[in-house]
Amino acid sequence: MSVTGTTVIRASEEFAPPGPADFDLPAVGPHGSFELFGQSFVLGVTKPMIQIVLAAVLVFAFFYVASRQRSMVPGRLQYVAEEGYGFVRNSMGRDIIGSRDFMRFVPYLFALFFFVLVNNLFATIPFIQFPTFSRSGMVYGLAILSWVIYNAAGIARHGFVGYLKLQSVPPGVKGPILLLIVPLEFLSNLVVRPVTLALRLFANMFAGHLLLILFALGGEYLLLHGAALVKPVGLIAWVLFIAVAFLEILIQFLQAYVFVLLNAMYISGAVADEH
Amino acid sequence: MNGSINGSLNMIGYGLAAIGPGVGIGLIFAAYINGVARQPEAQSRLQTIAILGFALAEALAIIGIALAFVLS
Repeated sequence: MSVTGTTVIRASEEFAPPGPADFDLPAVGPHGSFELFGQSFVLGVTKPMIQIVLAAVLVFAFFYVASRQRSMVPGRLQYVAEEGYGFVRNSMGRDIIGSRDFMRFVPYLFALFFFVLVNNLFATIPFIQFPTFSRSGMVYGLAILSWVIYNAAGIARHGFVGYLKLQSVPPGVKGPILLLIVPLEFLSNLVVRPVTLALRLFANMFAGHLLLILFALGGEYLLLHGAALVKPVGLIAWVLFIAVAFLEILIQFLQAYVFVLLNAMYISGAVADEH
Repeated sequence: MNGSINGSLNMIGYGLAAIGPGVGIGLIFAAYINGVARQPEAQSRLQTIAILGFALAEALAIIGIALAFVLS
């Protein structure tokens, strides 16, 4: 689709805007390919796959080292680890799931939060600079895990039929309106939830990284190929790149927080008492 | 100076679609700030609700950007 109009910049070379293809990183090391459903897939190890393992190792190593020598008066490392743990346990576990059964889910929420946070921060850490979760397949795994956990917790508490009733019949609704409400609630609570959970994290990381690529490439293009008067705009684009990169750090933290918060909300809804 | 602007109209549509969630997120945080200004001790409870509302409103914009790339 092209729109004919007037361009301000006369360029010697076409500017190719970044797109989803920029996220298809080549495989590292030896790799092959195979065909499935008429599409060709790469069989090999790619950068996000290395990152997701690295993140797990980093989180484990940090908390292992930080908690190895526990003392009553915490050192610097132990203090950071305790603050992180307390943040997840209190603000996401206890406040949302409730004091009765939050402790069972704290290990999951805690590991999930720091795993997602480290993976998101990879987008900013120099020499890595690629958000793992900008590949949607990585997030679907976490979403399926979350779906299994909150449904299993709910079924263990209420039984299969009781759980279905809890999730699909809102309290206080009676009469023919149930015909409309029950399918809607069923779809939104049990089918759409993992999809939106995964899409939110994926698309935030994807859009943020795309924005950074756009500022970097656009700045470079304006500076090197732009007409004399628009060259300084390239520098402004690079200044904006730095500003957006800081905004991205905030978003990376916020998305990790929201991802785990929603996990906790889903678990809390599943183990809640019937009204 | 004649030339052409190339690109996908999807992106313009996405820009328009993002107005809705933008207004929504603004309203959510306006209500949050109002609430905290009236009752500062309720901040910790309101914060969770505000972030949750923000995440739900933002999901619409996010689904939009995914679809803007997917549908062509």
